[in-house]
Amino acid sequence: MASKKKPTLAVWKFASCDGCQLSLLDCEDELLAVADVVQIANFPEASRAVKRGPYDISLVEGSITTPHDAERIHKIRRMSKTLVVIGACATAGGIQALRNFTDVRRYVSAVYAHPEYIETLNKSTPIADHVFVDFELRGCPINKYHLIEVINAYLNGRKPNIPSYSVCMECKRKGNVCVMVATGVPCLGPVTQAGCGAICPSFNRGCYSCFGPKETPNTEALAGWLHALDQRPDEIVRAFRGFNAYAEPFRKQSEAYEK
Amino acid sequence: MGATPTAAVLDAGNLQQLLDILQKQNYQTVGPTVRDNAVVYEHIQSVEDLPRGWTDEQTNGRYRLTHGKGKKFFGYVHGPNSWKKFLYPPARQLYAADRMKHRFDVVAPEPSGIKPALIGVRACELAAIMVQDRVLMDGEYIDPEYKARRQNAVIVAVNCTRAGGTCFCASMNTGPRVQEGYDILLTEVVDSHGHYFTVETASEKGRAIAAQLATSPASEEQLAAARQAVDKAARQMGRTLDLTDLKDSLYRGFDSIHWEKVAGRCLTCGNCTMVCPTCFCVNVEDTTALTGEQAFRIRRWDSCFTVDFSYIHGGSIRATDYSRYRQWLLHKLAYWQDQFGVVGCVGCGRCITWCPVGIDITEEARAVKG
Ligand code: SF4
Ligand code: SF4
Ligand code: SF4
Ligand code: SF4
Repeated sequence: MASKKKPTLAVWKFASCDGCQLSLLDCEDELLAVADVVQIANFPEASRAVKRGPYDISLVEGSITTPHDAERIHKIRRMSKTLVVIGACATAGGIQALRNFTDVRRYVSAVYAHPEYIETLNKSTPIADHVFVDFELRGCPINKYHLIEVINAYLNGRKPNIPSYSVCMECKRKGNVCVMVATGVPCLGPVTQAGCGAICPSFNRGCYSCFGPKETPNTEALAGWLHALDQRPDEIVRAFRGFNAYAEPFRKQSEAYEK
Repeated sequence: MGATPTAAVLDAGNLQQLLDILQKQNYQTVGPTVRDNAVVYEHIQSVEDLPRGWTDEQTNGRYRLTHGKGKKFFGYVHGPNSWKKFLYPPARQLYAADRMKHRFDVVAPEPSGIKPALIGVRACELAAIMVQDRVLMDGEYIDPEYKARRQNAVIVAVNCTRAGGTCFCASMNTGPRVQEGYDILLTEVVDSHGHYFTVETASEKGRAIAAQLATSPASEEQLAAARQAVDKAARQMGRTLDLTDLKDSLYRGFDSIHWEKVAGRCLTCGNCTMVCPTCFCVNVEDTTALTGEQAFRIRRWDSCFTVDFSYIHGGSIRATDYSRYRQWLLHKLAYWQDQFGVVGCVGCGRCITWCPVGIDITEEARAVKG
């Protein structure tokens, strides 16, 4: 490894809370190992030293919410050999995509003293709506081990081991008792992609779907069952309008119960 | 095999002796205990850990634990766990490989040497263990870790004296009476004679352990009480699966339109396969150290409900939800017979209770039969 030139890594931020890129710093022990094998060339949260692009790997956090960002993401794509988007904002529009269900101008005039200075798009959209994305890493926030796994897979020329099946699979492997069956608590685990390690069900809470829709999510059947468990339509709407509200299967399901 | 006429009786107050004997012989004693509103199987140290007085109510997609007036240790039926978690753990590293100059060196772990004592194994569960034996150690391909744990294991079975709300073992001929495969078999009785267990043994291992218990010879009356309690459980069973012509009638239903109907309700979440005591599928994941100097192969419980399960160069062969539901049901009830010579379902009812949307395999099987 030492004789080869280290691949360069850049980290970019769009509309987001920083939580996902901070998971890279949160890697602590593993961070040194990562720094051994990649050159962290552009990561303002970690260091002011910036190397000019192009970059081998770009990690992009956040959603596109302004006309300026909608342009900037194209520049980043042109500078990046591999572009990995990280977190619910970048993969689904994030919690800020709740604006997509209403008219954003109403918020702007309610929140800002001078709304005329605010330039914003009507919708918060995921990166893949704007440029080609090589890999989407889900979660609000992402799982730091997933991030290392994606970098690891890239470096070693293999496919990342990131499952797209349900949270229930992790929940059951852990030996958890299903909260929905044993207590009637609504849980989005059966339509949510694994990755968090079934944290909430492990603490007797239903899943909030931080990781967004799983492969082939049958949201309609789950919503029907939640209704049978005495969830009101407005509660079902809210259940699907979390961090991944604008991911298509969730958006459609919440809209179906809004009527 | 079966009931030995010289069955003994153990006073319920002396049950701790059994755990003590097993622990002294370095067995890991695992059994039922209450956690998170359910009876789960975990490491237990003493009879205090057992779910004494607890019973469960079960129906499609619903489980509730209640604490009643009863004082039975085994008055519940079963929860979401099965014994496979101790014999065939949910995740296991298969090997590590070190990169050398022109090759790589593979290091496979030795079998772990764990000696599990499974306490409270029900008839259907024992039948399920024997089904997994056929798959994992009696055939051409042997899983060394499973085989080692299985051969090291002691099985303390317990007859059911109450049927669960989703059980159908009677129609599958797997219960509620334990028939074979155990070391020690207990039947718990509470009657005018008190609170006691009848104790039967079916192996040398079992006899050696039981000989150390403070038992007394069972009276005819006590044996009859135990028999009747199990008969009652058989009569309580609400669900059935008709075994006549099962395989062929299901094959005739391969193109039934009903598969699409059930797929409309199914979440393809995989819970049914995870809780099923006979499902054995795993995925195999290859991973590397960041430096690329080492590689690891890990297997984890998998399910035919995932898209990747049937991924073969370029796509999944079961991309539709209905084809995945069909694989599950047909494998359990039909393909299994061709593959392993037995039905892959023992009628425990877990997949019915623990399906988050309450899909019932017995109903679906009836609906798709041709
Ligand atoms: S608690 Fe939620 S995630 Fe866990 S098995 Fe039940 S439905 Fe699935
Ligand atoms: S298919 Fe269902 S009822 Fe049959 S053994 Fe598996 S979990 Fe039990
Ligand atoms: S039903 Fe599915 S998960 Fe279970 S053994 Fe068969 S193929 Fe495997
Ligand atoms: S049958 Fe039930 S438990 Fe099984 S995958 Fe479908 S919804 Fe999940």
